[in-house]
Amino acid sequence: MEIYLDNSATTRVCAQAVDAAVRTMTECYGNPSSLHRKGLQAEQAVRQARRQIAKAMGAAPEQVYFTSGATEANNLALIGGAEAMRRRGDHIIVSAVEHPSVLETANRLEQNGFAVTRLIPDQNGRITPQQLTEAMREDTILISVMLINNEVGLRFPIDRLVKAARRVRPEVLFHCDAVQGFCRIPVFAERWDLDLLTVSGHKVYAPKGVGALYLKKGRRVLPQLTGGGQEKGLRSGTENVPAIAGFGAAVEMLCGCQAELYRHYESLKSVLEQALEGDPRIVLHRYLDAIPYICSISAAGYRSEILLHALEQQNIYLSSGSACAGGKPSHVLKALGLSPADRDGTLRVSFGKDTTESDLNTFAAALKNALDTVAHS
Amino acid sequence: MKQILLIKNGEIALKGLNRTTFESILIKNIRRRLKPLGDFKIERAQSTIYVEPLSDGFDMEEAVNRIKKIFGIAAFHRAWAVEKDYAAIEAAAQECFSDILEDASSFKVEAKRADKRFPMDSPAICRELGGALLARYPHLRVDVHQPEVTVTVEVRERAAYLHAGSITGAGGMPVGGSGKVLLLLSGGIDSPVAGYMMAKRGLEVGGIHFAAPPYTSDRALQKVETLGEKMSEYCGRIPFFCVPFTKLQEAIRDHCPEEYFTIIMRRMMMRIASQIAARDRFGALVTGESVGQVASQTLQALCCTDAVCDLPVFRPVIGMDKSEIVSIARRIDTYETSILPYEDCCTVFTPRHPKTRPQLAAVEAAEAAFDFAPLIQRAVEDTAWKLLVSE
Repeated sequence: MEIYLDNSATTRVCAQAVDAAVRTMTECYGNPSSLHRKGLQAEQAVRQARRQIAKAMGAAPEQVYFTSGATEANNLALIGGAEAMRRRGDHIIVSAVEHPSVLETANRLEQNGFAVTRLIPDQNGRITPQQLTEAMREDTILISVMLINNEVGLRFPIDRLVKAARRVRPEVLFHCDAVQGFCRIPVFAERWDLDLLTVSGHKVYAPKGVGALYLKKGRRVLPQLTGGGQEKGLRSGTENVPAIAGFGAAVEMLCGCQAELYRHYESLKSVLEQALEGDPRIVLHRYLDAIPYICSISAAGYRSEILLHALEQQNIYLSSGSACAGGKPSHVLKALGLSPADRDGTLRVSFGKDTTESDLNTFAAALKNALDTVAHS
Repeated sequence: MKQILLIKNGEIALKGLNRTTFESILIKNIRRRLKPLGDFKIERAQSTIYVEPLSDGFDMEEAVNRIKKIFGIAAFHRAWAVEKDYAAIEAAAQECFSDILEDASSFKVEAKRADKRFPMDSPAICRELGGALLARYPHLRVDVHQPEVTVTVEVRERAAYLHAGSITGAGGMPVGGSGKVLLLLSGGIDSPVAGYMMAKRGLEVGGIHFAAPPYTSDRALQKVETLGEKMSEYCGRIPFFCVPFTKLQEAIRDHCPEEYFTIIMRRMMMRIASQIAARDRFGALVTGESVGQVASQTLQALCCTDAVCDLPVFRPVIGMDKSEIVSIARRIDTYETSILPYEDCCTVFTPRHPKTRPQLAAVEAAEAAFDFAPLIQRAVEDTAWKLLVSE
């Protein structure tokens, strides 16, 4: 039996998404831009997914634009947003613990003449409205703060941050990368008064290769791809209909059980805490405001990569730090003030809808066993 | 008009009575490498090997790329096969070499009339064809000593062959028939180069890799297999052994002084490789060691390593600088794979201060604290085997 505890890296595609994807590959396989009935069928599949996803993010369907994934959506939000706002200023604020698709994009903008401020959370992992407004300047045009951090599960108070930012500069573009929160906690793009919001398909049991960007009505970002003018000109390129349809179906499925799953994650987390409690080698990182389905665990003196491979031998799969970092030291753990030894020994356990209590007990036992046998400094 | 390949073997031509044996091996190697590209025919005559495509889809460019990597070939030509009729030869030469001749300033024509029934002799062919090409490309001048382009006409049994310019082959000796060696393949830059150099001398190369999960990952193993596949373009199919090494590494860590970890680990590897080599009839071990590169590659350390081997240990890059090794690795296209960042032998086991000048007696004493023989035996028995070959 495999135990998959890496649901923040990606998820197993759910049956509903598979069915929707297969149907659009084999039956409604037309190009949504085609004028004939086959095209219309594909367009309808995309429209349905747009409705499903819009509802789940608290937005209207016209405000949802499909992309190839969250990385593209984040690039489009930051670069397209900065370019559209350039006349009004050139200062950008991001949190220091963003996903690389935001941080690296901000770095690129910085090389191209924009000024970038990176907000470092305090030791409890907080970014406060006051911290944000203090960083804002006359020429601040764009702010990007993630909803849930992908490495440690920190949750940032997006609604309060937006409100505070608007008081200082009402016209600032506020972007939120909500990939790790979407369909797991309530997301309200409109109510939170966001301008831009990013979500991803493969983190919510849909196939890889699809994401979406919410863009508030009346706001503008410059398209980064030119071509056939799909997605109202914001994102040219034939729509990835199978993945989009799968995305919609998966979101629909999750909407029905979001609250229930959240309670499930809370009880899973306490199971994990109990199972690891009392072992002095293991530290479960706790932050004031964090969600229960991403747990960051450190075993100082051990190399997380080796622990990960040791657990892999038991068919238990999880990440060291973050899967995206590909072995690079984690900028998030560093920003949060972890010592190098703690950082090197950090594992990320992330739950999914199919994770069970017995999975976590098995994992905890296997981890302790690995700590007994694996070489360490 | 049909293009064929004319292959001139290199050193083989010097091998008196064994020549035909070497030629047969070379032809077998060529056949195997070209087989996926379609149907073709191979013939040999007068120390030349002819490769003639039979199927329409035969990819000549890819064939040239592959032939370039087969040892035992000094040079080869892409030649046009033409009917044995002077008018046809002239027309073909004017047509086929127009690009080359338009860009050149001087040329000459060489003729080899192997089929003496052909009515014109070699000087006559040169004279006539030279004149015809000059008339067609008046900007050219004839230079018989240092021509930019040499147009060659070979009139043979079945057809006349025209070519202009040769392609340098990989040199060396055809792989096979000279015995086989077992290469310690770590995943780094040096060992694939060492294997390539042994194959160049005609030796069949097998690979042996030491995997220590969980300290090394499946990706590290996949990387080594990719290296083997890339090497196989030169070396031919590579029998590949993967040794489960974790237990031994942990035993070394638990029972030996830290400063000797690496040297003892190398000796364990050599012991295992020697046993597998003896069992499967490999005649020598090969490593990518270069003297002085790291602590386990000092003169004293190499002596301590060799002390456990009955077989000769070849180290073809022993006297090379890293930059020289890297330049070969780039040429044979293993470099990019070698620098992928996966652990080979985990750094957890690397001593902080390794002995750079270990004495054999001290190393043997350090090893004596534990009976490693059963673990070595177990590792040999549990070694996995597969063939690595590039498509």
